[in-house]
Amino acid sequence: MAAKVKVGLLVILEGEVATYKIQGSPTVQRLSIIEKQLHASTDNVKAKSIVWDLSELESMDSALALLIAKSIENAQNSDKEVVLSAMQHDVEKMLHMAQEHAHFGTHFKPAKEGILHAVGVDSADRVTKFLDFLSFFGQMSVIFFGSFFHLLHIRWKEMTFEIYESGIKALPIIMLTMFLIGVVVAYQSAAQLKLYGANIFIVDMLGISILRELAPMLAAIIVAGRSGSSYAAQIGVMKITEELDAMRTMGFDPYAFLVIPRMLALVIMMPILIFFADIAGIIGGMLIAKVDLGLSTTIFMERFVEVVKVKHFWIGLLKGPFFAMLIATIGIYRGLQVKNDTQSIGFNTTKAVVESIFAVIICDAFFSIVFTNLGY
Amino acid sequence: MHSNKIIEVNNVVTQFGKNLVHDGINLHVNEGEIYGFLGPSGCGKTTLLREIIMLENFKSGSIELLGQKIETVGMREAQRLRMQWGVLFQSNALFTSLTVAENIALSLQEYTNLSPEAINDIVAFKIDIVGLNQFDGTLYPSEISGGMKKKAALARSLVMDPKILFLDEPTSGLDPISAREFDTLIVKLRDLLNLTVVMVSHDLTSISNTLDRMAVIDNKKIVAEGSLEEIKKIKSPFIERFFSNKRERI
Repeated sequence: MAAKVKVGLLVILEGEVATYKIQGSPTVQRLSIIEKQLHASTDNVKAKSIVWDLSELESMDSALALLIAKSIENAQNSDKEVVLSAMQHDVEKMLHMAQEHAHFGTHFKPAKEGILHAVGVDSADRVTKFLDFLSFFGQMSVIFFGSFFHLLHIRWKEMTFEIYESGIKALPIIMLTMFLIGVVVAYQSAAQLKLYGANIFIVDMLGISILRELAPMLAAIIVAGRSGSSYAAQIGVMKITEELDAMRTMGFDPYAFLVIPRMLALVIMMPILIFFADIAGIIGGMLIAKVDLGLSTTIFMERFVEVVKVKHFWIGLLKGPFFAMLIATIGIYRGLQVKNDTQSIGFNTTKAVVESIFAVIICDAFFSIVFTNLGY
Repeated sequence: MHSNKIIEVNNVVTQFGKNLVHDGINLHVNEGEIYGFLGPSGCGKTTLLREIIMLENFKSGSIELLGQKIETVGMREAQRLRMQWGVLFQSNALFTSLTVAENIALSLQEYTNLSPEAINDIVAFKIDIVGLNQFDGTLYPSEISGGMKKKAALARSLVMDPKILFLDEPTSGLDPISAREFDTLIVKLRDLLNLTVVMVSHDLTSISNTLDRMAVIDNKKIVAEGSLEEIKKIKSPFIERFFSNKRERI
C-alpha cells in the first residue's frame, strides 16, 4: 500500500473560491468522516464558486462518487459555480456513472396511513381471518368425519408415525411433570389440612382435582407445546418450499395426507396420555401423603376407592379427544397460514401454541360448567 | 491488462465422509476478469465456490484470496476479506422479512456511520445500476418476480463496492430474455466497477457471452483451464458433450 494518508476532506478558502480536496483513499467503510466534514463545510462556507480538486485521487468507489455528485448538484442548485479539476480516468468514469444513475433524496418508506385506515384494514382482516378459520374448520370436520366411513383411505402409516412422535414420545415428560404437580399440590394442601386434622381428606382432594382437571389440562398443554408447534412449523415450511402445491398437483389431498393422520393420532393418544398422567399425579400425591401426613398407601387406596367416583376419571378422559381436536386444528391451521417469508413461520408457530393452550382452557371451562349443571 | 492473481487455488482436496469431491484442484483468477467454474452436476463447482468464500472447509491444499491464505486467516482479516467481496446465491437468499431497500442497506447500516440520507442515496444508485425501479425498493422479496429478486440480490452483493463478485448459477431459473439481460449487466458492471467476477454456470450462452476464462472440473480434477477457444480444443468426454449440445444456441 502507498503511504498511508489519513482519510479526510481538505477545504481551502481563497476569497470567493472554496477548493475541496479528498485526502487518502476513503472506502465506503470510512466515508462517514468525509460526509460529516462536507456537511460542516457546506453549512459554513459562503463561497460563490467551488472547485473539486480530484487530480490526486487514484481510485474512488461509488459511494464517494455519489457523495461528490450530490454536493455538486446541491451547489449548482443554489447557483454556485462548480469547477472540476482534471481527474484520472477511473475516477472520472466513476463520477460520471454516479451522476448518471443517482436518484438523490429517494426514500423507501411507504407512505403512512391514518389511524382510521389502519383500524379499517385491521377489522376487515380479522373478519376474513375468522371466516377463513371457519371454512378451514368445516373442511376439516367434513374430512375427519368422512374418514370414519372410509377407513381404507386413512394413511395408517403416517398415523402410527404421528402416534409415536406426538403421543408416545410425550409420555415421559407428561408423566414426570404430572408426578411433580401431584407432589406440589399434595404438599401445599397437606400444610393446610394438618391444621384441621383433616389429613384423610387429601385423598378426596387429589383424586378429584387430578383426575378431573389437572391431568387432562397438563397433558393438553404439553401436547400443544410439543406437537402444535411442530405441526405449524412443519406445514409452514412445506408451504414455503411448495411441497403442499406439489402434493395438490399430484392429486394427493394435503388434508388427507397431513391433516387427518395428525388429528386422528392426537385424538387417539390424548386419552391415553391423560390416563398415564392420572397415574403419575396420584403416585406423586400418595408419596407426599405418606411422607408428610403419615397416610399409608393402603389407607390412601381404600379411601380413594370409597370417595373418588369413577365418573371423575371418565370426565377427564372424555375431554382428551376434544382438546386433541383443538390442538391439531389450530396447529395445522397456523401452518397453512404461513406466508412466503421466514418471519411468518416464527409468528405462526408462536400463535399456534398460544392459541391452542387458550382454546384448551376455554374448552375446559365450558366442560366444567356443562358437567356441573348436568349434575355430574 | 496486467494480470494480477486475485484468487489462487493450490492443490485443494475436499472430502465429505468417504466421498472425495476434489482431488488436487489448481487454478487462479486474474484481476478484472470474469471467470467461470464449469463441469457436470455434482462435480463440486458450488463446493469450490463455497470454499473460496469460507463457507466450507477443505481437507488440504491452500486458497489465497487478495493475498491472504484463507486456511490460516485470523478472525479480523477474515472479516476484512468479507468486506471485499459480494456473493449472489443461487436462491438469492434475500432476507424475506426486509424490503428490497432494507436488504441492500443492511451492510451500510452495520458497517458505516453514514447518515440515513447518504445510505438511501447509495441504495438508490445500486437499485438503478442493476436495472430495478426505485419503487421496487419498497417491496418485499415475496412481492417481486424471480428476475427482480436476482437483481435485488445482485444490488445487495454490490453495496459495499466489492472487489470480487461471486455468482452461483446467476442465470438459473431466469427466462432466456432476463438471462441475456443479466449477462449484459454482469459485463457492464465489471467494466463500470472494476470487478473481478467468479461464477458457477451451466448456461452455454451465458458462458460464451460473459466468461473471459474458465475452469472445467470433472472427475475431481481440473481437466482444462483457459478461454473458451482454448477449452474447446481439449479432448475430454465432458467438454465434447457439453459444447456439442446446440439446443440452447438459437
